[in-house]
Amino acid sequence: MIIKENVQIKIDERLCKRCGICSEFCPQNVFSVRNDGIPQVTAPENCTSCHLCDWRCPDFAITLEVIS
Amino acid sequence: MTTHTHKDFLDQRHLPHIWCPGCGDGIVLRAYTMALAELGLAPKDVVTVTGIGCWGKSDDYVATHALHGTHGRALAYATGVKLGNPDLTVVTLMGDGDAVTIGGNHFIHAARRNIDLTAIVVNNYNYGMTGGQYSATTPLNSKTTTSPLGNAEPGFDICSLAETAGANFVARTTPYHIVSLKNLLKQAITKKGFSVVEVITPCPTYFGRYNINPSPVANMHWLKEKGVPVAKYQQMTEEEQAQHFVIGAFVNKDRPDFYTMYQQINSRNGTEREGER
Repeated sequence: MIIKENVQIKIDERLCKRCGICSEFCPQNVFSVRNDGIPQVTAPENCTSCHLCDWRCPDFAITLEVIS
Repeated sequence: MTTHTHKDFLDQRHLPHIWCPGCGDGIVLRAYTMALAELGLAPKDVVTVTGIGCWGKSDDYVATHALHGTHGRALAYATGVKLGNPDLTVVTLMGDGDAVTIGGNHFIHAARRNIDLTAIVVNNYNYGMTGGQYSATTPLNSKTTTSPLGNAEPGFDICSLAETAGANFVARTTPYHIVSLKNLLKQAITKKGFSVVEVITPCPTYFGRYNINPSPVANMHWLKEKGVPVAKYQQMTEEEQAQHFVIGAFVNKDRPDFYTMYQQINSRNGTEREGER
């Protein structure tokens, strides 16, 4: 779980099938992929909370929340 | 009024789902649940009807009412549900095998009848669940497990078929274009009459492996590159068009739906009979 100001990205490793779509198509390169294929949030400061990782995850493994 | 989020439409007890890594079905399901939530519907107002196939399993993961029918007959069951209780929002989730191969006749007649249903047709160009056999949408020359040298038959254009048969709303998009997918689903669900959204979906395990690339990411890049909006598609040469597919909404009209016509004609017959007496 990473918190950047008011954005919180959670990756559920139980649900992730390591397809790599989130890290490949993140417009801001927020993710990098671990050796075992699970994505990690490594540049949270770049996140613009566009939600594309969350929406395009085929496995419901990413939750991006904007905390108000 | 209670507002619902997309998670209220998702039955998370059954996750992780059965779909392969990089399968587009999960993305379409996500867009579907988001569309329902944004339309302000409640899970009790929606019936999700499915047939058989990879995408036919999706009723396991939704928290709306669900009806899991036989192969190709989702629209037949959905027609019964809608006429039984016209107040319900009835959505059928079908694959290319369900919608236009096994259930092709139900599909054209639902469009002709213009019954107030939404059909979300996930087209991955093959029968993924049973081992990647070719279906009625597999393009000419494409390789599948049952056409290892190339498919000798051309595939159906689902959108043209729906348009010709008389559907009120017809659109095509892909899971890569997630925002447009969600918005088209919202339009389709709201539309009175038969509406069809064809979603060209990656199948990295079968169709992708034989024709594009086995990598889920490469399949998403393929959708990004091949799916072009109407204006851009019209400027292309014929050869370029053959290499791409057009995305967007193609039909958006308001022909009276079946239930409206049925009620009108029934009331007319009633008065005529009374006059005769």
